[in-house]
Amino acid sequence: MEKIQVFTGTAVPLKRSNVDTDQIIPAVYLKRITKTGFDDALFAAWRGDSEFVLNQEPYKAGEVLIAGADFGTGSSREHAVWALRDYGFKAVFSSKFADIFRGNAGKQGLVAGVISDADTEALWAAIEANPGVGATVDLVNRTVSIGSLSVPFQIDDYTRWRLLEGLDDIGLTLQSQQAIAEFEAKRASFKPKTLPAKGV
Amino acid sequence: MTTKPLTLAEKVWNDHLVVKGENGSPDLLYIDLHLVHEVTSPQAFDGLRLAGRPVRRTDLTIATEDHNTPTLDIDKPIADLTSRTQIMALRKNAEEFGVRIHSLGDANQGIVHVVGPQLGLTQPGMTVVCGDSHTSTHGAFGSLAMGIGTSEVEHVLATQTLPLKPFKTMAINVEGTLRPGVTAKDIILAVIAKIGTGGGQGYVLEYRGSAIRALSMEGRMTICNMSIEAGARAGMVAPDATTYAFLKGRPHAPEGQDWDEAVAYWDTLPTDEGAVFDAEVNIDANTLDPFVTWGTNPGQGVSLLDTVPDPETFTDANEREAARNALKYMDLVAGTPMKQIPVDVVFIGSCTNGRIEDLRAAANILAGRAKAKDVQVLVVPGSAKVRLQAEAEGLDKIFTDFGAEWRFAGCSMCLGMNPDQLEVGQRSASTSNRNFEGRQGKGSRTHLVSPVVAAATAVRGTLSSPSDLPELPPLTTGIATLGNN
Ligand code: SF4
Repeated sequence: MEKIQVFTGTAVPLKRSNVDTDQIIPAVYLKRITKTGFDDALFAAWRGDSEFVLNQEPYKAGEVLIAGADFGTGSSREHAVWALRDYGFKAVFSSKFADIFRGNAGKQGLVAGVISDADTEALWAAIEANPGVGATVDLVNRTVSIGSLSVPFQIDDYTRWRLLEGLDDIGLTLQSQQAIAEFEAKRASFKPKTLPAKGV
Repeated sequence: MTTKPLTLAEKVWNDHLVVKGENGSPDLLYIDLHLVHEVTSPQAFDGLRLAGRPVRRTDLTIATEDHNTPTLDIDKPIADLTSRTQIMALRKNAEEFGVRIHSLGDANQGIVHVVGPQLGLTQPGMTVVCGDSHTSTHGAFGSLAMGIGTSEVEHVLATQTLPLKPFKTMAINVEGTLRPGVTAKDIILAVIAKIGTGGGQGYVLEYRGSAIRALSMEGRMTICNMSIEAGARAGMVAPDATTYAFLKGRPHAPEGQDWDEAVAYWDTLPTDEGAVFDAEVNIDANTLDPFVTWGTNPGQGVSLLDTVPDPETFTDANEREAARNALKYMDLVAGTPMKQIPVDVVFIGSCTNGRIEDLRAAANILAGRAKAKDVQVLVVPGSAKVRLQAEAEGLDKIFTDFGAEWRFAGCSMCLGMNPDQLEVGQRSASTSNRNFEGRQGKGSRTHLVSPVVAAATAVRGTLSSPSDLPELPPLTTGIATLGNN
């Protein structure tokens, strides 16, 4: 995973609340078995509408999404994060995220920062005053800025540390191999096992 | 030292702690059971392959095919290429990594959340994960069961553990007795309408109270299933005699001395007297009506006796806007009585309401009655076993006599990854769990309902409760004894 510290990218206002993962990527795209190449699937149902923000020229190159409240609700599909990432987004901000979405984002190197409703409005206004403007995401200081407007965002310490260090989960856990083996040695014998298979 | 009273969720958490997180890092939790299906696993197995890692505990892992499986002509090759590709990838991965799999045509194939409990693999006090948000279903047994993303699937396959942050706990107290025709589905729809689709965020919900204790395991699973629709990470019900009776004798339930040891442990799990929840919500079961949704998220629901709400009466600006959008998408007019809304399709199935008890409840209403003209009725059992059981009880005959289609097991029209989809603009009464835009097919309109409301709707053609149906002449066939829902 790439290390993330400070970057600047085209800001996109997504002025909708309750954007669930079915809207971010419709179920039909979940059939693919690859881990990349989902850029065309992002917001697929809305991409046909010329009014939709990503269809407007200055926003096509979007890298920083400023969305309404309750972003990423619904299905746990990680494809929602892949689609955002593959499209080119490096960060998403909202006043409220679904837990699973936020967890998935952290694992894929997508910054999911929580900002206040008032700051969401302020960022939207700043973008619309200057469409195509870049937003600077500073993970070190937890701020997102457009021009002279700088607002704080929340991201938990652990996810921030991993993003800053570019660390992947499995590698981290495998440092605890021995603790896992010790735990397994003490597990109760009545706990079920799938193998050998019964009931078939 | 006096020990602090703990909630059910906290006990299960503590019993699975491998490494306690320090300085804001998450706890590492051991995972007792990992359920796998074809949609969220291929990329995870891909990741293992790339890193040269094995599946750490194949004996705690089980796979089945559900989201993409056709419900007709299951003996023919799957026509849709991408569906077939995903299923073939799962079969190949299962073989390569040594994971037990129940494929299409096998008696234990079916929706992953129906298969686990049916095999007795889901037991109290376990940690259960699956790359599917409705893993919360398994919490009905008093296990901590969570939906995870594909990266986490890979993580569990490789390490049998998951780094997790502690959750907050919320008690949902449901006291009282349900009126006839009111079911578990109505409880959970009412809970979500009350706390909102974001109300459970960050919480593990524990459903408590006399109305929950009175429910069957199937009913408890329906409720826990939809915890995720309230935004919660998991839902749980403390194990009790009902849980034990359901488990006893199932293929993977403990036997002999193991059973006694297990029960002794399970008995320690219920929330201690005096334990404090971070939040509490109270629901009066005595006054609940059948609940239906009118909008495009599961929180947009009302009593079936109510009318389509007027968005302009919503005080919260976001909710008002969401309601306006929803009515437009659903093509509904504020003030219309819910019972006057006609549907094109009735779907009975899914991991919410595709178990045998749900099919019995529906059959009990459909028996001896006639289907509304122009309504298509799809009955899709949650697993191949449920289908066999229903056939052994003669339910299939009731459904087909009524004019419903009796299908093979799978997720089916719950999300329309297989050919079972609504057409653009079509409206369904569906026993599934999500009414999002396009969920049941592009342009589909979904009303979430209980199995008995679905059945009554199939008879009348508009959203209806069983009490709207005229009495039948006395039965002679004995089907009146079916079910008790
Ligand atoms: S039945 Fe529906 S909700 Fe349940 S696992 Fe299948 S697709 Fe998901």
